[in-house]
Amino acid sequence: MSAQLLLSPTAMAVCVFSILLVPLAGTGLALINSGLGRSRSAAHTLMASLCVMAVAAVAYFICGFAWQGFSGLPSYAATVRGRPWGWISTGHFFLRDVAFNGSGASLAAWFGMLSAGLAALIPIGSGAERWRLRACCASTVLLAAWTFPLFAHWVWGGGWLAELGANCGLGQGFLDAGGSGTIQAVGGLTALSIAWILGPRRGKYAAGNMPAAIPGHNAVFVLFGCLLALVGWTGLNSAGSILFMGVGPGRLALIGINTLLAAAMGALAAAGMTLTRFGKPDASLTANGWISGLVASSAGCAFITPGAAALIGLVGGGLAARSVEWLESRLGVDDPGGAVSVHAVGGLWGVMAVGFFAHFPAGANLNGSRQWVAQLVGVATLLGFVFPLTYGLNCLLNRFYPYRVEPEGERQGLDLYELGAGAYPEFITHTDEFTLG
Amino acid sequence: MKLAGFLLLAAGWAIVVAAVALFSATALGTGFTLAGMGVELLGLILVVRAHIQRRGQSA
Repeated sequence: MSAQLLLSPTAMAVCVFSILLVPLAGTGLALINSGLGRSRSAAHTLMASLCVMAVAAVAYFICGFAWQGFSGLPSYAATVRGRPWGWISTGHFFLRDVAFNGSGASLAAWFGMLSAGLAALIPIGSGAERWRLRACCASTVLLAAWTFPLFAHWVWGGGWLAELGANCGLGQGFLDAGGSGTIQAVGGLTALSIAWILGPRRGKYAAGNMPAAIPGHNAVFVLFGCLLALVGWTGLNSAGSILFMGVGPGRLALIGINTLLAAAMGALAAAGMTLTRFGKPDASLTANGWISGLVASSAGCAFITPGAAALIGLVGGGLAARSVEWLESRLGVDDPGGAVSVHAVGGLWGVMAVGFFAHFPAGANLNGSRQWVAQLVGVATLLGFVFPLTYGLNCLLNRFYPYRVEPEGERQGLDLYELGAGAYPEFITHTDEFTLG
Repeated sequence: MKLAGFLLLAAGWAIVVAAVALFSATALGTGFTLAGMGVELLGLILVVRAHIQRRGQSA
């Protein structure tokens, strides 16, 4: 879609309405992250979510969209075998070259600002209860001003991944309508970097490297967050499909059904697995399965059948439930919110699933149907470029500006230590001594 | 070991990009893309093992 091209009034109205729903995805994630942590850091997690959204919006406004750009806007490109491979946009800082007249670029800038915030919310889940608020905001600057926009340019801004179809004959090029890779996997891989840099919470691996169970404090937050996230994700997938895939409003019913089905099957898969293993369904893992289904649905929501969406959600939910346990017990990754399993694993699965299940309208140039290779190149880029980049940048920042809170802060809880007041002042807040017996 | 793992991740990505740039949609290009993914997988295993060892030493 050209940046100068105005959307039809119907498409613009639907797109604007869809973008208005996107903040509910962030609200849902914030509630889930807060509910899965302990009560003594509940307010801190929500405060961090709010601050991260704010910092991401400002950073993206200053330079994020200038790096990301939009299909049709000029970009720096390397010429390979006579074909341009766009690697970064040449836009102006502070959105100075965006025409606010209903153009695709203006809506992409708004959508991107919310997407950057959503990606930045994900690592809060893995760093909960030990990540300093100021360090969290500083890390968000790196993500929203550089890592996210760079990859988003390659996928949504007419960059080299999006052009793999035209340049290399790989299907339609790398497809990621709602951001399974661009938002979720980028955020999830950053979450893994943060979990490794911070190390586990105090007391998590105290007894002979066996992980101690530290249950979340509010299952109601977590499950209500899931319901809010569904609304937000429907908006995210619809707006992304219209803006970056050129999908007409006529396919929005399909996108909505696919999103809901994937979430439903993800939750049922996780609930079924935990019911089989433990005799009762586990609320937090079921919530993780629901979100993982949503995450996996995003990439191909406009190009898959409802049956395929259900299968993608089923696998996504199952993968999330298994990998939460695997990461915690085998790999020693302390991820209170399940961010790595849900967003990185689910996101990478969603990206690859497009290659296996996507159906394109009759007459579309299929370029030998090597769509799965294009998707594989996207996965390789996320693992081989984005992951080392985000890990390296956060390691570097951690050297100069330590991420982890002092041991005393962790013992007290981040609410009292960093904010000066607890989330539930009229209730008793449990200390480490209570948790560890 | 961690550095070696991240270098392998980046090297695998470079192989994948070179494969699609030089061979486009051919069987050879697909083969090199899969080989690049294999290198990335090795790198990921090294990085994960490095972090498990570090945790074991600090525990």
